[in-house]
Amino acid sequence: MFYREAGQFKSTYAEDQGLFPIRQDRIGMAVILAIAFLVLPVASSAPALRGVIDFNYWYNGVIIPFLIFSLAALGLNILTGYAGLLSLGTGAFMAVGAFAAYNFELRVPGIPMLASFILAGIVTAGVGLVFGLPSLRIKGFYLAVATLAAQFFVVWALTKFPWFSNYSTSGVIAAQKLVAFGYAFDSPVKRYLLVLAIVAVMALAAKNMVRSSTGRAWMAVRDMDVAAEVIGIPMMRTKLLAFAVSSFYCGVAGALYAFAYLGNVEPQAFDLDLSFRILFMVIIGGVGSILGSFLGAAFIVVLPILLDIWATWFERTAGIAVPAGLVSNLTLIIFGALIVFFLAVEPLGLARLWQIAKDKLRLWPFPH
Amino acid sequence: MQFFFEVLIGGLLAGVMYSLVALGFVLIYKASGVFNFAQGSMVFFAALTVVGFAGMGVPFWLSIGLALATMLLLALFTERVVLRPLVNQPQITLFMATIGLSFLIEGTAQLVWGAQVHALDLGVADEPIEWILDRTSMSISKFDLMASGIAATLVAVLAVFFNKTRTGRALRAVADDHQAALAVGISLRRIWVIVWMVAGFVALVTGLLWGARNGVQFALTFLALKALPVLILGGFESIAGAIVGGLIIGASEKLAEVYIGPYVGGGIESWFPYVLALLFLLVRPEGLFGEKIIDRV
Repeated sequence: MFYREAGQFKSTYAEDQGLFPIRQDRIGMAVILAIAFLVLPVASSAPALRGVIDFNYWYNGVIIPFLIFSLAALGLNILTGYAGLLSLGTGAFMAVGAFAAYNFELRVPGIPMLASFILAGIVTAGVGLVFGLPSLRIKGFYLAVATLAAQFFVVWALTKFPWFSNYSTSGVIAAQKLVAFGYAFDSPVKRYLLVLAIVAVMALAAKNMVRSSTGRAWMAVRDMDVAAEVIGIPMMRTKLLAFAVSSFYCGVAGALYAFAYLGNVEPQAFDLDLSFRILFMVIIGGVGSILGSFLGAAFIVVLPILLDIWATWFERTAGIAVPAGLVSNLTLIIFGALIVFFLAVEPLGLARLWQIAKDKLRLWPFPH
Repeated sequence: MQFFFEVLIGGLLAGVMYSLVALGFVLIYKASGVFNFAQGSMVFFAALTVVGFAGMGVPFWLSIGLALATMLLLALFTERVVLRPLVNQPQITLFMATIGLSFLIEGTAQLVWGAQVHALDLGVADEPIEWILDRTSMSISKFDLMASGIAATLVAVLAVFFNKTRTGRALRAVADDHQAALAVGISLRRIWVIVWMVAGFVALVTGLLWGARNGVQFALTFLALKALPVLILGGFESIAGAIVGGLIIGASEKLAEVYIGPYVGGGIESWFPYVLALLFLLVRPEGLFGEKIIDRV
């Protein structure tokens, strides 16, 4: 009833191909953006709420990592979901982005922060291209193993060659202060807004890219690469472009991970675990869906926090101490069970569930 | 030259241990087309179960039996919960499901048995054999030799099982063509349980050998990562490939660490096998003994 597109006529091709062809979607998106950009920052500076909610915790511990992981998941989703090339090296590409941004800031005097982020993305795209080269010859699991080579090699190289971490004895880099356009992003709210702006712009770009001829070529390669080649899609360019674009996104996400979230970071922070976590976000959120990257990231970031809250609540009500290991093991088990569950019930993930909900809403409350 | 051979033999013996892990992967891949990422977790779980029961005062042989029973339960569980609902899904989906399964196993194992490192003693010390040391002054570990003996026996038993028994032939039939196998009356579910059971048995043997050497600990799950380059080098479908691949990876990894390592700062063992396997794949995309892939539109 509320979600019905009857009466919304498209009279031009441009309208038909719009990003959000249905009016309700446009309104929903505008509301989400308004809440994210306006309501949240205003609310967090409102004196009335200051003592009620610990906004700094929410920004630093939940919202900023959520946005950064969304961006990384978006990057992996372009590669795995749209182009069908399984990658287990996301962590490595994020590491390249983080260390590249750090070195640009360090070694190029007066470089603007955003420029170094973009350059870091470009450097990561180059690294991604190199490790994407085998994809022209090998497929499937064999390729996944090839990206594992990237994972181990990059972390090893960043640890072994102290130039990358500016000869810091422990290998830890301290990210420079976030300053863009002469404005210091030094409080959680400001950092949140910066990350949000970058993520929003890049998500919009991704949404546009996957509906363009590039995106359609990726999907054709994913569905059947030989057939795609037969109908004239240049295999090499398409696959390598997917690697480059995906790595660019992961690189920027990595730079934000270091600069806006962790501050101090070492190569080991970008280990295989991180790659797997981002892969899970893509699987749970929805393979081949921009929205799914955000849903999956929200799920993976929020689930451990909920379990943590449950554990403290359980301790307080039952009066027994829950051992620390129990919670982390339960998180592992629930993670694993959910992945199997989602694959069995809905291989397309949360994004598909949202799609089903929309289809139901279209008829609700009069299904006949 | 002496030193070269010592490194080479040490590498080959270590390679046998990699082959054991890879063998578990190959078995499941051959029979059900599933790339089972949970093999490393199964190794960990099996070894931890043995040590856990033994720690409760159960005799060692009985606790191995109990661990085998646990692996059977795991096989039944996997077939029912993971494989059956995902029948006919793309291989990538099944692969991701086994990643989920590995988390499930790791969490359960640590929940039941705790996360501390356990020692495991199989009665054979990890010390050089004096007879060889005296004659050739090369140090070859007793334990390594026993491990390769066990691995060789295991491979021989599996080869007989696959080629001579009714069940083994059914397994190969399923590997060739699911539908044809169903058509001649082979029960897919039974075959899946059997093959996961066999993989569980291989995981148990691997876990005992690796656990005796490095201690039974969470790091055992990373063995899966060691086995991956072995697999792509040897080909996913071939038991012989797993063995030969393991030997090549083991030997070249040690040689590279000794001869190339010093020039780049050492520690290249973590990625060298992958790069080697990758270079190899560029020449032969289906691995040494893998089946040739023919693409049709």
